[in-house]
Order: sequence, then C-alpha cells, then structure tokens
Amino acid sequence: MSSTAPDEISESNVGDESFEPKIIVFCCNWCSYAGADLAGVSRLQMPPHFRVIRVMCSARVDPEFVLRAFQKGADGVLVAGCHPADCHYIGGNYRTRRRIALLRILLQQFGFDPGRLKLEWISAGEGEKFQKTIIEFTNTVNELGPSPIRGGD
Amino acid sequence: MADKIKIAQYWGAGCGGCDVALLDIDAKILDVHAIAEVVFWPIGFDGKLREIEEMPDKSITVSFYNGAIRNSENEHVAKVLREKSTVMIAFGSCACFGGTPGLANVTNRAEVFQTVYKNTVSTDNPDFVTPQTHLRVPEGELELPEFYDNVKTLDDIVDVDYFMPGCPPTVNLIALAVDAVAKHVTEGADLPPKGVVIASDKTLCDECDRERVEKDRNIERIYQAYEIRADPEKCLLDQGIICIGPATRAGCGSMCPKANMPCRGCMGPTKAVMDHGGSMLSALSSLLNITDSESKLSEEQIMELMMQVKDPLGTFYAFTLPKSLLKRTVTEKRKRKG
Repeated sequence: MSSTAPDEISESNVGDESFEPKIIVFCCNWCSYAGADLAGVSRLQMPPHFRVIRVMCSARVDPEFVLRAFQKGADGVLVAGCHPADCHYIGGNYRTRRRIALLRILLQQFGFDPGRLKLEWISAGEGEKFQKTIIEFTNTVNELGPSPIRGGD
Repeated sequence: MADKIKIAQYWGAGCGGCDVALLDIDAKILDVHAIAEVVFWPIGFDGKLREIEEMPDKSITVSFYNGAIRNSENEHVAKVLREKSTVMIAFGSCACFGGTPGLANVTNRAEVFQTVYKNTVSTDNPDFVTPQTHLRVPEGELELPEFYDNVKTLDDIVDVDYFMPGCPPTVNLIALAVDAVAKHVTEGADLPPKGVVIASDKTLCDECDRERVEKDRNIERIYQAYEIRADPEKCLLDQGIICIGPATRAGCGSMCPKANMPCRGCMGPTKAVMDHGGSMLSALSSLLNITDSESKLSEEQIMELMMQVKDPLGTFYAFTLPKSLLKRTVTEKRKRKG
C-alpha cells in the first residue's frame, strides 16, 4: 500500500506531466466495494492512482479518517456509498452526506480546494459509474496538483 | 525554608488567566506555601530568568507552564524550565492544545504583522516598521524574541509530564494536582504515571446534569447561543445549540452548561480521539433530523442544511487547532479552472 512515501511526489511536480496523484477511496462493503469489484472484473480501464479502503458503511468513515488522509499527504479523498434509500443500515449514508458536506466547508476553511473531497453513490451494479467517477475525480485532482500539505512545514 | 520544594510558573502565549487560576484554589494555597517556595513566576514576582538558568538541573520540583508557544522567548523558557524541573505540567488549554492563541494558525506572521502594524485604523506607521529580532542603536544592540509563523503547543517543544486542560483549569483539578504533589513530597507517595491528563477520561455529557433525549435524537435547526433563550433543564444540543460536550473531556464539573451556556471545548478531546473538531463535526452532523423525504433531498439542500453551522473551524477547534490533525491552514498553489 504505502510503497510510495508522500515526499516522493515533490512540489516541483506542480504543472508537471509526471504528477501521480495519491487518491484514497473509501468504499462501503455492500454497494460501492462491490461496484469497484465489478469494474475490476469487467476489466474497465481507469487511472491506477487510487487506493481503496473497504469500510462496512460510508458512515463508518469518521471525519478523522478524511482529515488524517489529508494530513498524510493524500491529494484527494473519495467516499463512496449506497444510493439514498439503499443503505444496508437504512440511514448510514444520510449521516455520511451531512458529514461530508460539513467537512467540505471545513476543508475549505483549512485552505484546501473542496474539490479534493468527493462523495459519490455507487451501487453494486454500477461498475461503469465507478470507472467514470475515478476518471473524473483523478482529472479533478490532476488539475489541482499536489496537496498543499506537502508544501507545508 | 530549606526543606521546601521549589516550584515555578510561567506564561507563554496566554492571557494570564491560568496564573490567576492557581490563586483560585483559595485556602489550599496555604498547603502549597507549606511545602513549596516559588522560585519563578513572572506575573507574581520579580524573578530573573538568568537565576533559573544558573540553577542546577532538576532543582525545581514542579513547573507549571501556561500559554502556547508563540515566539522564541516562549520556547527558550520552556526549554530552560524543562531542564531545571523534575515535573513539567502543561497548565491550561493553551499549553496543552494551543488554546485561543492557537487559532492564529489560520493566518501567519506576515499577515499578523500586516494587520497589527499597518491595517488597523488606529495605526500610524507609514514606513511599515515591524518588530526586528536584532537592532543596532548607538547604545548597543537591542533584541526582541522572534515571532513564529505557527503557534505550537508545549509538548511540541519539550517533554511534558502531565497535562492539565481547561481555560483555565478548574479549582478541583488544580487541587488534585497540588494534593498529588504534596503527598509525593511529604509522604513519599508515587506520582501519577507520566503523560496523564489531570481530568476525567469520560466526555462532558457524562457529567452534565441536563436532561437529554435518549432515543431517536434529532434537531431541526441549529442556533447560535445568542439566538435563543435556552431551556435551563434540557440538553443544549437537543435544543439546537452547538455544545461541544460530546467531543470534549470531562473534569471541569460542566460549569458552562450549568450556567446555561454551551461547552466550547476548552478541555480538549478525550484520549480516544485524534482530532477534536472532526469528532464534534461527526457528532453534530448525525443529530440533524432525518425525515422520510430524506432520499429526495438534493446535495444542494444538504449543503444548505449544513451551512447553518457558521464557521466550523472556529467552532470545532476553538481551543485545539495546533493539536488538530491538520494543525494550520494551507494555501492551494493553483485554482481550478471555472
């Protein structure tokens, strides 16, 4: 998992073609992880700069996890869960989207572009949506460049 | 006199409230006097740092350091006191987590100087003269401590033995610490294990007497404390007032909720939490009402709902920004197009 230390992608990569973003993807066990699996089994092509962490529910993603990912130098964090009304635990995803909305406001106050944190609903049958989400999010993060935390002290 | 232990109290970037809090222990101050001699306390006596620097190492039994580390002088004194003391206590929220001065981590030295020495209406400083660390004048060289970009906590700089959070630490907690030290000195009792936070391990809600809804808690709307008159019996969060209690360490005797004011989090997070603000953000988001029509709400509507929380950074990290995961604000190098 951590074969590339955050420092290896230095500031000098800003605007450089060689920038390889580090993206953390939290997938809920019941929908999005299965969706990611389907994308893989279907051999859908997507940029390989993301690491998936499986959690039981998107609501298991404590805001601390996201903050810690950014603290450790992640360039983007994607949280994926079941569609509204589809949550395995009935209402977990509703809590998630409130937290992520507030977290985006907080991250903006911390000086991050809120685009570095994304929430998406991906069901077990939506391998293609997983692919599309990863491609789009990777593009967004590429456009933003390395996380400002790496330039910090 | 010769048998008395030596204690010291210093203020870094703080307000002086912690110094006064030590006197708040009332008659217990006589217990302190019975066993201890104060060798250094800038707000109380005319002690000289040089005298402390010349003392043998570990000759002070306890140093209470309050205030955050804002400049090179704060850092230097912290290091000197650490070297000269057996026990170093981070006294108060600023020393433990950065406290209110720690909120300056949303800005930096250049911006602070710009505001203080240029932009404020009452400032007349056409040449924009700012503090220099060294200045040569005919009489000799003048020195000022270096003002840092970041506010740091005491344990960022030196090894800390005990933490006493609170803004300021409450009388019961100070008494606890004084008793522990007194017992150690007079009866040879063991000191608490190193690294202990002298407070409770539970959250504030555990010691708060207010009535709270136990099941299916939800709140319709978020209020700032000044917007409504709070019911003095019911849980403040249940009334929609942001109270940081669920994410905050107990031990203060829930003084603020008792006075019908929400907790602002000065006791910092509990042991299990890495990020005070993140913990509160999570708790608060989960409390907002979820209705049957939830699945039809758009992301914009959710954003609008959460925008009710004005200034989440200032609210959730009012005392703990330098000890949070991100520690300070950052600047994006490029902006996204469009």
